[in-house]
Amino acid sequence: MKSVTSTITSARSAMAGQQDISVEIEKIHADAHVGETQPRLDSPPYRSSLLRHPTKDLRHADPEGAELVAPVFGPSDVDPLEADLNIQHGGEPIGERIVVRGRIVDGDGCPVRHQLVEIWQANAAGRYVHKRDQHPAPVDPNFTGVGRCLTDADGWYSFTTILVASYDHDLSEHEWLLGYRWDIVLIGSHATRMECPEDTHA
Amino acid sequence: MPDLVATPGQTVGPFFHHALPFPGDRELVPRGQAGSVRLHGYVYDGRGTGVPDALLEIRQADAGGAVPRVEGSLRREGAPFTGWGRSSTDLTGHYWFSTLEPGPTHAGAAPCIAVTVFARGLLNRLFTRVYLPAALEVLDADPLLSGLDAGRREIMVAVREPCGSLRFDIHLQGDRESVFLTFPRHPE
Repeated sequence: MKSVTSTITSARSAMAGQQDISVEIEKIHADAHVGETQPRLDSPPYRSSLLRHPTKDLRHADPEGAELVAPVFGPSDVDPLEADLNIQHGGEPIGERIVVRGRIVDGDGCPVRHQLVEIWQANAAGRYVHKRDQHPAPVDPNFTGVGRCLTDADGWYSFTTILVASYDHDLSEHEWLLGYRWDIVLIGSHATRMECPEDTHA
Repeated sequence: MPDLVATPGQTVGPFFHHALPFPGDRELVPRGQAGSVRLHGYVYDGRGTGVPDALLEIRQADAGGAVPRVEGSLRREGAPFTGWGRSSTDLTGHYWFSTLEPGPTHAGAAPCIAVTVFARGLLNRLFTRVYLPAALEVLDADPLLSGLDAGRREIMVAVREPCGSLRFDIHLQGDRESVFLTFPRHPE
């Protein structure tokens, strides 16, 4: 009985801890200034960040040399089959099939072409194929949860995969969607862009 | 022209090891190849403990100072030097690359390697540079290094070990916190 009691106690304190964290996160959101669009490196509610966030201001630098030239990826790097996470093994993975696709553009809205896109995710039960994931959910032998692809000439990427469970296993809010769209805007200093269709159509 | 807002970054999280590392990721050139150099070091947290779940990516010029624009980084078999690589840290926080020492990308430039740092606990990626040890006048002429005090500047320059390797540690916090960079147009 003692072990049951202590388990309940630690579960309660974990819940209280999560409530504290939620309050701290809400405070950060409330304090955010207009135009603040990136996460704060110094973000105490994310406990793992406490000893890992820089304490000095980032140093302004002008990009030089290799910083101006994005790494190049091409057909020799990525097999098109890597974009389908459901066919990496002998059998069908468990879970609802979905397509996740979107466009990658720069700050001017121009497509970022032949950009390497890498995804990883947990399986339908919320478990990662990772030895440090001790989450008590089953591993799916037919699902590793890793995909790669390159964007096409118009900046599009697309993955076929399965719907990941939420970490807390609350399945009640999942909707029956076939496709998800996630567009990405990259802001950088790379000078390798070709002409932008917006320019040519103008 | 639209002026779009950058998509927010996020942490690489704890579970990237089955996804991001790949065979040969840290060998831009094969170990032991003539002209190759070992670039290595540790990623430390604010207590000086090695960070076992960090990931570094490097981008650099070749020995002649040219920045390669060729594919082949993910399947290096037979590929030419691509100037890009990736190394996760081990359980002690150690990373290593086998690469070439970059030449100056323009006359008088201080040769350096661009580094991006990802880790669990880092809510966005960080940028820094590894400068090669060089003559004082070369380092003095660098626009970034010349604006740093001696202590901060020393942190950005790799140390040549007796065996020829380059040692470069990254401190996320602390007295020897690395000099992390931000570039024009990057959102605050």
